[in-house]
Amino acid sequence: MLEVDVHKQRGTFKLDLAFKAPQASVIALFGPSGCGKSTTINMIAGLLAPDSGRVQMDDRVLFDSRAGICVPAERRRIGYVFQDARLFPHLTVVQNLRYGLQRAPRDDRRIDLTTIIDLLGIGPLLQRRPQQLSGGEKQRVAIGRALLSQPHLLLLDEPLAALDLARRDEVLPYLERLRSFLHVPMVYVSHQFEEVLRLATHVVVMDHGQSLASGDLCTISLHPSLRALIGAEAIGAVVESRVDSIDQQNGLARVSIGHAEVQVDSTGLVSGQPVRLQLLARDLILAVEPPRGLSVRNVLGAVVTRVKADQHAVLVELDAGGVTLLSRVTLSAVQQLRLQAGSNVWVLVKAMTLRGHVFPSPPLPDLQQPSD
Amino acid sequence: MDTSVWLSLSSVELQALQLSLSVALRSVLFSLPVAIAMAWSLTRARFAGRMVLDAFVHLPLVLPPVVTGYLLLLLFGTRGPLGGWLANTFDVRLVFTTAGAALATAVMSFPLMVRSIRIALEGIDHGLEEAARTLGAGALDRFMTITLPLMTPGILAGAITSFSAGLGEFGAVITFVGNVPGETQTLPLALYAALQMPNGDAIALRLATLSFALGLTGLLVSEFFARAVGRQLGRHDA
Repeated sequence: MLEVDVHKQRGTFKLDLAFKAPQASVIALFGPSGCGKSTTINMIAGLLAPDSGRVQMDDRVLFDSRAGICVPAERRRIGYVFQDARLFPHLTVVQNLRYGLQRAPRDDRRIDLTTIIDLLGIGPLLQRRPQQLSGGEKQRVAIGRALLSQPHLLLLDEPLAALDLARRDEVLPYLERLRSFLHVPMVYVSHQFEEVLRLATHVVVMDHGQSLASGDLCTISLHPSLRALIGAEAIGAVVESRVDSIDQQNGLARVSIGHAEVQVDSTGLVSGQPVRLQLLARDLILAVEPPRGLSVRNVLGAVVTRVKADQHAVLVELDAGGVTLLSRVTLSAVQQLRLQAGSNVWVLVKAMTLRGHVFPSPPLPDLQQPSD
Repeated sequence: MDTSVWLSLSSVELQALQLSLSVALRSVLFSLPVAIAMAWSLTRARFAGRMVLDAFVHLPLVLPPVVTGYLLLLLFGTRGPLGGWLANTFDVRLVFTTAGAALATAVMSFPLMVRSIRIALEGIDHGLEEAARTLGAGALDRFMTITLPLMTPGILAGAITSFSAGLGEFGAVITFVGNVPGETQTLPLALYAALQMPNGDAIALRLATLSFALGLTGLLVSEFFARAVGRQLGRHDA
C-alpha cells in the first residue's frame, strides 16, 4: 500500500493531494501539464520536502511532518526515471547501469544485470557513452539503471514525453514487459491517457494540485472527472477480460464481456490471455429491438442505468451483465428511443472499432511472485 | 633532452627558472583543494555572507599586488599574528623563503582558479546529482563520483592557468619575501634585478623570452587538456 498525503505551497501554486493505492500495482498519476504530478513524485522520491503531510510505503514511513520523519532520498530505496533520462555523461552505459546496483544492499539484490540487459534489449549498447545513444535508447538505459538499484518502488516521470511517436512505441512495450516480469510497483506520471490505458492498474486523476478521483482503471474510466480532462470523444469504458478462443480462419479473437462475447482482431493475442478493452463511448450503438441483418458481429444485451446529457450529446451508462459500459448518443436518439434508466437495450460494437483498443492486461499481483 | 638550451642559460638564470617552476607548482598544489571547496561553497551552499566571501576571494584581482604583499607581510611576518604562531609552533618561516613566495603566488592566483572551477561547477546539471541520489549515493559519494569528475576540465584548466600565472607573479612576491637569489628570486624577479644592473639588457631579454615561451606553453596545454577532457565527458562543444 502506498499512502500519500502531502501539502506544498510554491508561489501561487498550491498542492493538496491525498491518495492510497495498493502497492503491487502500476499507479498512474494522470492529469494535464502543470497540475502537480512531478511535484508529487519528487516528494515521494524525497527530492522535495512537502510543507506538511505524510508518505508511507507499506509499513515504512518515509515522511511525516508531525513525527519529524524525513528519510533522505538516497535511503528511500525508490528508483526514479526522469523525463530527460539523466544518464551520467562521463560513464559508459554499463557503468551507468552498475551505479545503482553497486549501492544496493548485498542481501537485497533481486534484479541482476543480465536480466535487465535482456529485458530492455540494451546488450549492444553497453560500451557506448550516453551521448552516442538515441532518445529511446537513453530512456531504456535509464529505466534499467533505476531498476538495478533494487528499488521497492519505481517512479517514472513522463518517461516517453521527450520522445517522438516512433520512439514512444519503441519504449512502451519494454515497460509492459517490465511490469509483467519484475513486479516492481510503479508510479507512472503521464498526461497521455493512452499510456495510462496500457500500463496502469490504479489511476489517480489530478488537476490544479488536487486529486479528482482515485481508483482502479475500470472505475476511473467511467468517472466524470476524466471526461473533463480527455474530452467526451476519448471517453470509454475499460473492461478487464480474457481471450476465450481464437478463430484463426477469420483472424478474430473472442473476448467475453459480462455474459456475452465480443469478437476482436486477433493480431498479437493468444487464447487464455488476460486483456483489457477500451470501448469508446462514441463507437457503441444502441438499439431497443434485437437487431437483424447487420454486419455488426458484436451485440450485447444491456440495461440502461443512467442517462446524462451535456450540451452536445447524451452519455448513457449501461449494465451489460455486470459490466458497466458507456455510450454517447444524440439527444434526439434518446428521445426517439425513449431511453431512460431501466430501459432494455442492445449494444452494438463494430469489431473494427476495437482495433488498437485491446491491450495485454497487467498480471494479477497475487498470482505471480518475483523470481529469485 | 636537448641540453644546448639549458647550457645556454647561466646558472643564475637556470636557478630562477627552477625556482619559478617550484613556486608555481607548490602554489597550485596548496590552493587547489581550497579553491575546489571555495568554488563549491560559492555555487552550491546557501549561507549568510556568501556575497562578502565572494568579494573577498576576488580581492587580489583588483588590489595592487603590492597591497596584497604588504597585507601578507603584516599577517605572516615574524611579528605578525599568524607568522609568529607558525614560527613558534612549527618553526616555519615564510618571510624571505620559497614557501613564502609560493604562498604569495597562491593568494594572487586563487581568484583565477576559483573562477575557472566555478564555471565548470555551474555547467553541471544539478539533475545528475539528483539522479545519483535516487540511486543511493550520499553527499560525499555523489561529489566524488559525479560532481568532481564532471568538474575535471575546469579544475585542470584552472590549475594550469594558475600555474602559468604563478610563474610570473611579481608584486606580491617581492613585497612579501623580497628578492633573494636561490630562495625567492623567480624569473620576473631575476628579470627585474637584471634591469637594475648595468649591461643587464641582454640577460633581461633572454629572461623575458623564456617567460613568454613558458606562458604561451601553459595556455596551450591548458586549452588542450580542457578539450581532451571535455571530449571524454561528451561535451559537443569541446
